[in-house]
Amino acid sequence: MDFINGLVVLMNFVLIPATAYGAQLALGALGVTLIYGILRFSNFAHGDTMAFGTMITVLVTWWFQSMGISFGPLPTALFALPFGIAATAALVLLTDRGVYQFYRAQKAKPVILVIVSMGVMFVMNGVVRIIIGVDDQRFSDGERFIFSVREFKATTGLREGMALKTTQGITVITALIVVIALFWFLNKTRTGKSMRAYADNEDLALLSGINPERVVAVTWIIVAALATIAGVLYGLDKSFKPFTYFQLLLPIFASAIVGGLGSPLGAIAGGFVVAYSEVTITYAWKKVLKYWMPESLEPSTLMQLLSTEYKFAVSFMILIVVLLFKPTGLFKGKAY
Amino acid sequence: MAEPFLIGDAMTGGYGAGPDILHSCTIAVDPGQIAVIVGPNGAGKSTGMKAVFGMLNLREGSVRLDGEDITHLTPQERVIKGMGFVPQTQNIFTSMSVEENLEMGAFIRRDDIRETMEQVYDLFPILRDKRHQAAGELSGGQRQQVAVGRALMTKPKVLILDEPTAGVSPIVMDELFDRIIEVARTGIPILMVEQNARQALEIADRGYVLVQGRNAYTGSGQELLADPEVRKSFLGG
Repeated sequence: MDFINGLVVLMNFVLIPATAYGAQLALGALGVTLIYGILRFSNFAHGDTMAFGTMITVLVTWWFQSMGISFGPLPTALFALPFGIAATAALVLLTDRGVYQFYRAQKAKPVILVIVSMGVMFVMNGVVRIIIGVDDQRFSDGERFIFSVREFKATTGLREGMALKTTQGITVITALIVVIALFWFLNKTRTGKSMRAYADNEDLALLSGINPERVVAVTWIIVAALATIAGVLYGLDKSFKPFTYFQLLLPIFASAIVGGLGSPLGAIAGGFVVAYSEVTITYAWKKVLKYWMPESLEPSTLMQLLSTEYKFAVSFMILIVVLLFKPTGLFKGKAY
Repeated sequence: MAEPFLIGDAMTGGYGAGPDILHSCTIAVDPGQIAVIVGPNGAGKSTGMKAVFGMLNLREGSVRLDGEDITHLTPQERVIKGMGFVPQTQNIFTSMSVEENLEMGAFIRRDDIRETMEQVYDLFPILRDKRHQAAGELSGGQRQQVAVGRALMTKPKVLILDEPTAGVSPIVMDELFDRIIEVARTGIPILMVEQNARQALEIADRGYVLVQGRNAYTGSGQELLADPEVRKSFLGG
């Protein structure tokens, strides 16, 4: 019984939140990795693209709520999501036209594009703060829990409880659907294959009659969708604050690099590696170990390796380890 | 004499604003024929071929395909006009399967490509066995077959090969040449640049020996192989 109680604590505080967080990171990292594979640069504006998409979704959600539209147990934001995606797609396509296309025509080096994307990042950053402000915004509604701690305890009769938030369930299910759809698109459709061909060998893709501008446009639209979905899921799960989204850039890049830049499968694996590491290293294990260790060995400290304020250090550590020992990442990424 | 099917006529030009590499160089090929460009290092062999394919600007001369002047078209536009090109290196999509490579070769086509794919598999049976394998995992000779197969997927009216046997073993080279002859027998004219001058001239209906960007000797493969001058200067006696 002690073992099960410990397991329940572990599920409640580590596995469930980390899985939801990992799914959010994976979606973010997929966007970064697609841009890297096809446009050949690290997009520093990705965090703020997520923030922009989430902001539009939040605004549309508020508008829906003010009109009294709600969707029962599901958060209204889920139905405002298409609007967020559309607006973000328009924004990134416009940015591409106005900014990136110029540098592409010049065949600018990837490092120049990285700096350009930082410029874009600052602009998007400013736009989001001007429109919605810098504060924390809550926009989740509907049913809060799929099952709560109290319900869990009542059903199982265990001493420890476990809760599954609706947002966590939605995050994992949505991420699963999005990833399956993305892989189907990349592997089965003509456009998806042409994107992979372009990422693989640009010159040969041109020789084969693949239109690079079309590939780039489709990529931006997919990235806008991924970024908005990732941002909204994160916002529903926690809350929406522009600065937090900027900070998410680090774990997202860590995920993409751990998995291997340019590899979609790697981005997903990387997202979960980073999320699980971050949560397990900053979790106070005393509560679990209390059940799992003999009484005489009960830990006297919290058994927390790092306090949660240092969670970003985990991403940095993972990055350093990967870059030192396996620079191409788990799934053999590439480097431009 | 009738105009050849594909001709780069009296081409003069070089890369960008650089000096001229080709000097009034003429290269032509007719259906069913294999034309081979040979010559010493730095003679402009690859440059001559790239000029035909539109990868450098000509200052003088013209390129005509089936009587149509295509001198000012980009390489991509020439592909649509019916020219198939196999680059020397990086000529396959390494991360994609053999079948996907062929599909991408046929990207400009909107009709049913299965028949052409079957023809390519008939020509290169090994590719049929490996069609779901990533092209990057294949051997050098097999990769070249994928590269040629990819170019054939557009049903080109002419096929241009840049050193198809570079970096493969002599046995594989013989096999590749056999396949190239088979492709030529289907009626597609083939223009290729080759380092292995002797073997290439043996299968050539038309040979061009370039020296410093100029046509030095021109003739059928057998004529060139028999020419004492050519033998002495390029074929090692």
